[in-house]
Amino acid sequence: MRLEPLGDVAVVATLGDAIDPGTLGRVLAFAAAVDAAGSKAVTDIVPAYATVTVFYDSAVLQDQPGGAYEAVCRLLETCATKAGAAPAALGARTLEIPVCYGEDYGPDIDLVAEHCRMGVDEVIALHSGADYLVHAIGFTPGFPYLGGLPDALKVPRKDTPRSRVPAGSVAIGNSQTGVYPMPSPGGWQIIGRTPMQLFRPLKEPASLLKPGDRVRFRPMSPGDFELWR
Amino acid sequence: MEIKVHHAGMQTTVQDLGRRGHLAQGVPIGGAVDPVALRLANLLVGNAEDLPALEVTLTGPELEFEKDAWIAVCGARFEGVPSWKPFRVYGGDRLRLGSRTQGCRAYLSICGGFDVPRVMGGRGTFLPAALGGFEGRALRDGDIIRSVPSERVLSGHWSIDERVLPRYSREPLVSVVPGSQAGEFGEGLYRERFTVTARSNRMGIRLEGTPLARTSGGELISTAVAPGTLQVPPDGNPIVLMADAQTLGGYPRVGHVATADIPLLAQLAPGDAVRFKRITVAQAHELARAEEHRLALLRQGLSDKIRRA
Repeated sequence: MRLEPLGDVAVVATLGDAIDPGTLGRVLAFAAAVDAAGSKAVTDIVPAYATVTVFYDSAVLQDQPGGAYEAVCRLLETCATKAGAAPAALGARTLEIPVCYGEDYGPDIDLVAEHCRMGVDEVIALHSGADYLVHAIGFTPGFPYLGGLPDALKVPRKDTPRSRVPAGSVAIGNSQTGVYPMPSPGGWQIIGRTPMQLFRPLKEPASLLKPGDRVRFRPMSPGDFELWR
Repeated sequence: MEIKVHHAGMQTTVQDLGRRGHLAQGVPIGGAVDPVALRLANLLVGNAEDLPALEVTLTGPELEFEKDAWIAVCGARFEGVPSWKPFRVYGGDRLRLGSRTQGCRAYLSICGGFDVPRVMGGRGTFLPAALGGFEGRALRDGDIIRSVPSERVLSGHWSIDERVLPRYSREPLVSVVPGSQAGEFGEGLYRERFTVTARSNRMGIRLEGTPLARTSGGELISTAVAPGTLQVPPDGNPIVLMADAQTLGGYPRVGHVATADIPLLAQLAPGDAVRFKRITVAQAHELARAEEHRLALLRQGLSDKIRRA
């Protein structure tokens, strides 16, 4: 584990240098250990891919020996020892996300099929046939960064991002796939749309998904999509 | 009581001191871009420091108050309204923030605070997700916003000691703690002067100057970023992330602005400039501590000037 400051607001703990399930398992085990430590100084714990960033209130720790940053580093060293080498179990929870592929719901699906030299049906079969793992939530509230996209579906991002991607859009960007929980600008290729709400600010937790969740996409018809709404 | 918005101004939103504990769900901290000005505006009318106030950007609103009230305007200065001191507005009067004479963002507080629901632990507006604040959006002409009734008596003629005010400037020297990729960029950040571009907003201040060239390092794995993070996209023009910063980022992080200096950046308008100097984490915490000390002195000084009616 490597510790370094994110300015005067957080400590970044780096637990690996790759995007893979093993690294994610260690990241989530460490994040859980920091959470369990229950420090009053810690305000946010943000796991993402290979790092856990721990935000703290320096005023609470200003009189600690060596200052607030050193105090948080000591806390994190202790948490690393407690978390040990055992990674967190991944995919304990599987969520199925219904997707209406193609047509107006996925305006880039023809382009993706062409790029990957396959038919649209094959794109749908491959995308909905794979198991994905949530590596991080971020970018916009509730946006899941999903690992596990079949290599055959890798497509570069758009040269010019769309200024508005509709809420629920399911998209591919390089080796990743994700779902836009709310309308936002975006440069990924849109292949479908889900009627499911991934971010519900009045619920607890607001984000439907969390890192470590397993996700599967299930094709749905336009009729079912409209019924869901 | 009701406050009628006759003219909304360019971007007037309800803001407080932000949300904590939701970064892992992708929800930014948000809140006032200049938190010190918001805290002072609240203190001046006898409010708790974190009550929601109006964040006014570049052009001011015109408001009509239903009843008499104490209000304060801190941060950017606008013609026609006093800055950094409480003043009385009277029922039926219109208050117009005229031309901006200094800074970028002003905070208009009202005794009792603005009445908006708490969403995910905060009352501030996060525009991209239409979350919180007044219906999740910026105020529009014709809106009616409410304040929480809370009458206090403010006594005597006085103003804040200038030494307590943030040292705003149109070309501030801002303190930076080096970031994870600082070693990949040389000394350009600390030698050059950067200009604020018009493509700046609550998410980030986009700077322009001699581009910062990255001399080593490859693709990075996305990791957490926060208000203050100085990231460098491939074009070499640094971006300082501000209150509504996205929670994860994949650009190299050349540094991170000291929390105590965030207000200096918050008040920069397009065309203003900034220079950076390097400090340590411990020095940044010392700056924050000094800032809190100044605010504590002010709180103490105000305690005998404001009482409940």
